[in-house]
Amino acid sequence: MSANFNFVVAYPEIFVLSAACVILLVDLFVSDKQRVVTFLLSLLSLVIAALITVRYGVTERVLAFNGTFVADPMGNVLKLSTYGATALSLLYAREYLARRGLLKGEYFVLVLFAMLGVMVMISAASLLTIYLGVELLSLSLYGLVAFDRDNGVAAESAMKYFVLGAIASGMLLYGMSVIYGVTGTLELSQIANRIPSIGVHSLGLAFGLAFLVVGVAFKFGAVPFHMWVPDVYHGSPTAITLFVGSAPKIASFALAMRLLVDGMGGMVEQWRPMLIVLAVLSMAIGNVVAIAQSNIKRMLAYSTISHVGFILLGVLAGTVQGYQAAMFYTLTYVLTAVGSFGVILLLSRQGFESDAIDDFKGLAKKSPWFAAVMAMLIFSTAGVPPFVGFTAKLAVIQSVIGIGYTWLAGVAVFFSVIGAYYYIRVVKVMYFDAPIDNGQIEAGSALRIVLSLNGLAVLVLGLLPGALLDLCIRSIS
Amino acid sequence: MTDWPILSVLIWLPIAVGAVLLALGERAVAAGRWIALLGSLATFALSLPLWTGFDLTTATMQFVEHREWINAFNASYHLGVDGFAMPLVVLTTFITPFVVLAGWTAIENKQTQYYAAFLILEGLMVGVFAALDALLFYVFWEAMLIPMFIIIGIWGGPRRVYATIKFFLYTFLGSVFMLVALIYMYLKSGSFEIAAFQGMTLTLDEQILIFIAFLLAFAVKVPMWPVHTWLPDAHVEAPTGGSVILAAIMLKMGGYGFLRFSLPIAPDASRELDWLMISLSLIAVVYIGFVALVQQDMKKLIAYSSIAHMGFVTLGSFLMWDIVRATGSTQGAAMGLDGAMVQMISHGLISGAMFLGVGVMYDRVHSREISAYGGVVNKMPIFAAFFVLFSMANSGLPATSGFVGEFLVILAAFRADFWYAFLAAMTLILGAAYTLWLVKRVIFGNVTNDHVAHVEDVNSREFIMMAILAVAVLALGLWPAPLLEVMKPSVEHLVQHVMTSKLPLPL
Repeated sequence: MSANFNFVVAYPEIFVLSAACVILLVDLFVSDKQRVVTFLLSLLSLVIAALITVRYGVTERVLAFNGTFVADPMGNVLKLSTYGATALSLLYAREYLARRGLLKGEYFVLVLFAMLGVMVMISAASLLTIYLGVELLSLSLYGLVAFDRDNGVAAESAMKYFVLGAIASGMLLYGMSVIYGVTGTLELSQIANRIPSIGVHSLGLAFGLAFLVVGVAFKFGAVPFHMWVPDVYHGSPTAITLFVGSAPKIASFALAMRLLVDGMGGMVEQWRPMLIVLAVLSMAIGNVVAIAQSNIKRMLAYSTISHVGFILLGVLAGTVQGYQAAMFYTLTYVLTAVGSFGVILLLSRQGFESDAIDDFKGLAKKSPWFAAVMAMLIFSTAGVPPFVGFTAKLAVIQSVIGIGYTWLAGVAVFFSVIGAYYYIRVVKVMYFDAPIDNGQIEAGSALRIVLSLNGLAVLVLGLLPGALLDLCIRSIS
Repeated sequence: MTDWPILSVLIWLPIAVGAVLLALGERAVAAGRWIALLGSLATFALSLPLWTGFDLTTATMQFVEHREWINAFNASYHLGVDGFAMPLVVLTTFITPFVVLAGWTAIENKQTQYYAAFLILEGLMVGVFAALDALLFYVFWEAMLIPMFIIIGIWGGPRRVYATIKFFLYTFLGSVFMLVALIYMYLKSGSFEIAAFQGMTLTLDEQILIFIAFLLAFAVKVPMWPVHTWLPDAHVEAPTGGSVILAAIMLKMGGYGFLRFSLPIAPDASRELDWLMISLSLIAVVYIGFVALVQQDMKKLIAYSSIAHMGFVTLGSFLMWDIVRATGSTQGAAMGLDGAMVQMISHGLISGAMFLGVGVMYDRVHSREISAYGGVVNKMPIFAAFFVLFSMANSGLPATSGFVGEFLVILAAFRADFWYAFLAAMTLILGAAYTLWLVKRVIFGNVTNDHVAHVEDVNSREFIMMAILAVAVLALGLWPAPLLEVMKPSVEHLVQHVMTSKLPLPL
């Protein structure tokens, strides 16, 4: 193991950490009216982080910090996507938070620290680094969910999130300690090396693995560890829900890749059945329960659960194609989900959250363009071509059939038909029903432009997915 | 053969015009109408070189375009038409202007969006018929649901929301399993080329599963009994234009799917399961014929009659093995397929005309109930003449196109088995019964109510539409040879292909 620290590969993390601290300090000298300074500084630091990531990007796997930190092409792409998702979250959230008096400096700092947690998870090469990233992300998210501190619902969901998250972290840590006890190392690559000699049928390994899977499933929000998802999505201010539903999903994917593939890859036959159960339950419960929701944030929460099932399908394939498909799915799902929450933010105004499905009634009359944007996002989420959600489902199903689990593909498409029901219901209320709320859209032009581009991206990526697919394929091989 | 990418133009021109209309919005309703009409007429005009430049001597794909699309899946933008696809493409471009005209005054809200939806739908439908890459086919196939969903949902009748959600979910459920089958074959063959699927060897078990997956998709679309229940609802609630497109084009996609996918990809499974297909088809012809007889709603009656007529398409497509068993030669086997293809084109014209006719009456009386009419001939003699002609064609009167397809299929059924032919020929009685009874109650008799008493006869726009369709129905009925010639090499090629087993050779 190289003894040198090799700081270069960690430049993006180091920069984001410094930037977050600087923004925290600068914000002290900024009044509420000038908060745009903090906003712009945060965006600027995201841009610079992206430039650094590209400039010092690696083309092959490089270890640093005595084997606890790894940079690889997959990490680069995931980090760049994280910056993108975070930037979109900030852009969408600003007006909403400002209107509610929530646009504090702490918001930006917490978001940046959460993003740093995501980055650490993406680059983790040891169990400790993973845990560090998980906790940094989780603690920042707890704070964000409770951000509207006078709101009882938000405080309640933050509390639930915290308690359940703490239990999950405990499970994860327990699993890690068992694995450490059996293999004698914290480094994922060393664990992978030692598994064959210990034997994949070792009871200790299987015991530890089960707890790791529980931890991963919780962070993903896969059934039966999904209880927090609807409450957190529903209870948080919509701008925060948007962030919770974006970059942390990339982190969950990275967590699964690092723990299950990099570390426990030798035990794929052991974790595959576990993931199959999680995936099927997630698709079933997520899609069926979503039908009963009248709040669109809750509906999207259950929809997320069902999409997690699809991401797990790609991971459980245990093949490079499966990982590539899962990565493509994760990235495009985040893009679509961010857009859907963006539309809710666009329609909301002072005293009107626009988070009931009925609030979308007659949107096609009020704003044909944004109804079309929402329709594109919704059809993409449902997996209807020519939108990108279809390509993602195609890639995942292909990887599942590729390992001979055609029945699992059949189950997946069956539940996506059930899912189509509640998705098209949203299109139904937008296009077929008369408006009940006569308020106009108040959002500014920045939000409108970004949202329009987001909607078009879902269409263009669906028609021409080649470039992004190739990127995913090149980054995992 | 031409040099310009004719099929791409036929796909993307209507979509582009549709996008322009959407961008125009409600600011320019009158202009939007004309743009839509000109766009659809231009598309039709541009599709004529397909017919004139078509090489009648070959079954290979013509007007082929091949470009890279998604390399990661080895899927390409591959278009082309043969004797099956070309007539259907031309039918699509031919019918769309009628749809625009049918909505000319009947649609009162969001007109430009209405036309835009139909033009986008047109492009997607041409794409379905022209795609030679299975993934491209699937994308068009599914994308088509979106405009149709919107059309029924916004401009439909009172129960439109129920009908359109049922339509969407039914067809979506049917097609996702087809996707699984396509991916399975992609992983076996390494590409999404339909030709590669057709050429690959598959065991009987694989073929049967693939056949069933396709059957779910295509049977819903055709629709075959017992998965037909979405169609009457969708038809009844859809605006006139929607009904016309549904009946004239979208139902044909199921029949086309059998010819393009099920038969050539899973010929052995088709042979093993032909009894199932024949039974379902005969149930559709006979049982649905009886169901049509008791309908009180004109659109529902025509919808059920469509299901019965499409039963002939599936019957004709799957008769060949029984013909070979009965006669010992493949000579007569092509006749069933000929009949199926002619029936598709003819039903496209006739059902389109029937729904237009109902639309003409509905625009005046605002009722679809048969009992709301009576004695229309007294007030609308010209319309009545056309409607009676189309009704005759619908019941398969000789000299109309409806006769040719049904006759060929019944003749083929005779070669296969007397009882098939007996049951299939029941349609001549049933079809005549329900159609003529409809005509009697609606067109003839005394004027029974005030609504009918004050209607005016067809205006020039409606006259032109009906006259053109009448000419087409008669022309195809009197002289079907050009259509048969176009199909001949493709039909023969398909029979030859299907008669060759695709099972792996025993070791």
